[in-house]
Amino acid sequence: MDLKFSNAEASAEERDAVDRLLGAGDGGWHGGERDEQDHRRAHTGHAARSRRHFVMEALHAVNDRVGWISPGALNYVGKRLSVAPADVYSVATFYALFSTHPRPKRIVHVCTDIACMARGSKAVCADLEKRLGPASADNGWKHSPCLGVCERAPAAMAVEAGDPPHEHLIGPATVDAIALALEDGPAALAAEAPPAMAVPQAGQDGLMLLKRVGRVDPDSIDDYLATDGYAGLRRAFEMQPGQVISEVKDSRLMGRGGAAFPAGIKWESTAKQPATPRYLVCNADESEPGTFKDRAILEGDPFALIESMTIAGYAIGAERGFIYLRGEYPRAHRMLHNAIDTARERGFLGNDIQGSGFSFELEIRRGAGAYICGEETAIFNSIEGYRGEPRSKPPFPFEAGLFGKPTVVNNVETLCNVPLIMRMGGAQYARIGTEGSTGPKLFCVSGNLVRPGVYEVPFGATLGDVLTLAGGVPQGRKLQAVLLGGAAGGFVRADELNIPLTFEGARANNTTLGSGVVLAFDDTVELPAILLRIARFFRDESCGQCVPCRVGTVRQEEALLRIAHNRRDTAAKGRDIGLLRDVGLVMKDSSICGLGQAAWNAVESAIDRLGVLEKSP
Amino acid sequence: MNAPYPVTPVQQVTIKIDGEDVSVPEGSTILTACNAAGKDTPTLCYGDTLTPKNACRVCMVELKGSRVLVPSCSRKVSPGMEVMTDTERVRHSRRLVLELLGSSVDLSTTPRIPEWMQRYDADPDRYGERSGESLTRDIHEPGEHHAGNGYVAATMSQPDKIDNDLYVRDYSKCILCYKCVDACGTQWQNSFAIQIAGRGFDSQISTEYAAELPDSACVFCGNCVEVCPTGALSFKSEYDMRAAGTWDESQQTETTTVCTYCGVGCNLNLHVQDNKIVKVTSPHDHSIGHGNLCIKGRFGFVHVHSRSKEGSDS
Repeated sequence: MDLKFSNAEASAEERDAVDRLLGAGDGGWHGGERDEQDHRRAHTGHAARSRRHFVMEALHAVNDRVGWISPGALNYVGKRLSVAPADVYSVATFYALFSTHPRPKRIVHVCTDIACMARGSKAVCADLEKRLGPASADNGWKHSPCLGVCERAPAAMAVEAGDPPHEHLIGPATVDAIALALEDGPAALAAEAPPAMAVPQAGQDGLMLLKRVGRVDPDSIDDYLATDGYAGLRRAFEMQPGQVISEVKDSRLMGRGGAAFPAGIKWESTAKQPATPRYLVCNADESEPGTFKDRAILEGDPFALIESMTIAGYAIGAERGFIYLRGEYPRAHRMLHNAIDTARERGFLGNDIQGSGFSFELEIRRGAGAYICGEETAIFNSIEGYRGEPRSKPPFPFEAGLFGKPTVVNNVETLCNVPLIMRMGGAQYARIGTEGSTGPKLFCVSGNLVRPGVYEVPFGATLGDVLTLAGGVPQGRKLQAVLLGGAAGGFVRADELNIPLTFEGARANNTTLGSGVVLAFDDTVELPAILLRIARFFRDESCGQCVPCRVGTVRQEEALLRIAHNRRDTAAKGRDIGLLRDVGLVMKDSSICGLGQAAWNAVESAIDRLGVLEKSP
Repeated sequence: MNAPYPVTPVQQVTIKIDGEDVSVPEGSTILTACNAAGKDTPTLCYGDTLTPKNACRVCMVELKGSRVLVPSCSRKVSPGMEVMTDTERVRHSRRLVLELLGSSVDLSTTPRIPEWMQRYDADPDRYGERSGESLTRDIHEPGEHHAGNGYVAATMSQPDKIDNDLYVRDYSKCILCYKCVDACGTQWQNSFAIQIAGRGFDSQISTEYAAELPDSACVFCGNCVEVCPTGALSFKSEYDMRAAGTWDESQQTETTTVCTYCGVGCNLNLHVQDNKIVKVTSPHDHSIGHGNLCIKGRFGFVHVHSRSKEGSDS
């Protein structure tokens, strides 16, 4: 397309970073040298515009190489992909991990989110401030929302731009480790804890979803094959796609990402759509504060996801699947990459998989620090190279999803139940758990507990059971409250431990399982500060599209700040709580997507269930 | 292409609005049905020449069976829908949207705002003192913000952008309705000069790296000014007259004529005050331009003012 770019040129390094992703640009229309012939041919239409979905990966390439996205680099990305510079800029400024102004090559993102707050992130930040100065990119460290390493809280992520770039999750983060990462680079840090460290039950018998974690080499397809790997896919190939869907329907598998929608129904309605191609998207953008279960699977058993997606693709008639992985999971990215390459080499991906006649390809797309991209339609926009703004529904993904085509979006954990269902049969699987919640379930248990981590239990366990598995609160402390479902979930009291952690049990108790977060706070934690952090989180993560959420999350934080500063003035506090309720209701009723609709849940439950703000100072 | 008349007759769909049956053609929105039923529905981001973005959420209505309210401007009717336009929930939602906008954006040049504020009993002042002009709204650090102490209400307030002689961008008045972005992009102009930059409350309509308009892909068609619902984008002539206190719409006449620059036949609405053209708009229902013009039709009127004085030869 004939787009107008400024005169800013990309450096050789920036061009190289983009060219390694996209191949060398040929001709002036693709960002190369404009020659005489270019004036006599046009490069327009679908062919030119069809590569926009590389925008995110191209921005990653530049940002990971030089640490920020310069005007010249942005122009080059735009020229290579036929996207206007204002459009590329709109995408680049949407994501927290990208920078559109110069910054040092080494940055440490220090998690200040709720799980880390409960375990000392404040002290780490205070020490860092003394040693390095206030949090800012120029000082080499920044505050970060939840990094998904809650079992090793407080956490941090060190990144170093370069060739190759280095990324490293640190947990528990110490000031010394962070300073070392800044002085000598993340490569100087001790190796990350092995994936099994996130799973205290690793190696125990009887696990279904986590049975391979810690027992097999996650990089080895032979280990995977030797432990029932691809038995589910073999079983699926013995059936017609429709039968596979029937089995999933019989299993009554519900989505594990937070919305608890029946997976079989989703698959069936997508498979029934006449439009093709159909797409499969795996939502691996788990960014809900306190959620890290998918990371445990991705790092400990990545082939399970590849197999699961192949079965799902076969069932719904998709030939192409995307894994949208959050940008803060560098090790999961490496392992998934290896798993996809290995599976392809061994004939488990690509054309005519295992002689079945079914062909399926998988691509990874990395997020770059935006919670909203886990929303099921925002994920499409992000993959397509647009800002990660949710779309309005209807149309629903099964009608018009990725690239406007029928699409199934499933969470990692949801998908990883599918091989089990294939092997056991849907009816047998449905016997696990309870009537309304079938199968095994992963819980992300963190906060002030003796053994935080990802725990697998059959549906039906109570909140108390799960806390006991994690060793309860440390000796001498008292449980104060538990946050269920993450920042978009709700608090429950310490005397409500008999709540069954099932979809129906949570509903009956007027709370939610959300993404399986069980975050325990002991009596040392200041809950009003946690509420403020949650409000801050939603204000930072709102995409800004609709007024109720864009402005409402700001007013919510401001009211909580006033209450925090002004605890003794009961009249003012009463007014502010009234204002919170008003703003909360419009966010719940009128926001476009689930982020805005849930942005007041935790605060509301803290007021109504815990009485947090009502208490005298 | 639009056929002169539909090949198959369009089905009428009947829905209930506030208990009364309303029939509208299939494919219409709830807003169309509301208009047909005589319900006055506030809208801001809705534009008659654009695909609704449904971002402002001021037109929300209650739909029976729906967990949340729905945007009337973009939800299509389906048979048997039961819509409520004036329930407590609807009134609350509209009131809060007006308050949230009123507390963060300068709505002084947005038509009908005082009327709606009164109708829904909105009190935008209850969020505290408004923050002053920010000089950093064009620097984007998504995922971060300075929180303050809660006593000052964050706003869009920022200096006006005056970087050319034709139109001014006063983003203190911007409600981020996306209409200018859509008009500049695939829906009309295909210039792609502006987009939303940043995220959340820090979002801002912007060129790449906030470059000045003459350095951007802007072709100065002014079609963004045409669709702006709040006066955030305005003709330089209007902006200057407002600043001088001489802008007076009651003294203006509007004359529709045909643009003389080329043979396309776009219609122009000349807004004239004191015998001078003060701005040019274009009728949205005209079959040629649908409200769109080019730089010549929109801004090329200055020569008209170069009249020879009575009695002189030149």
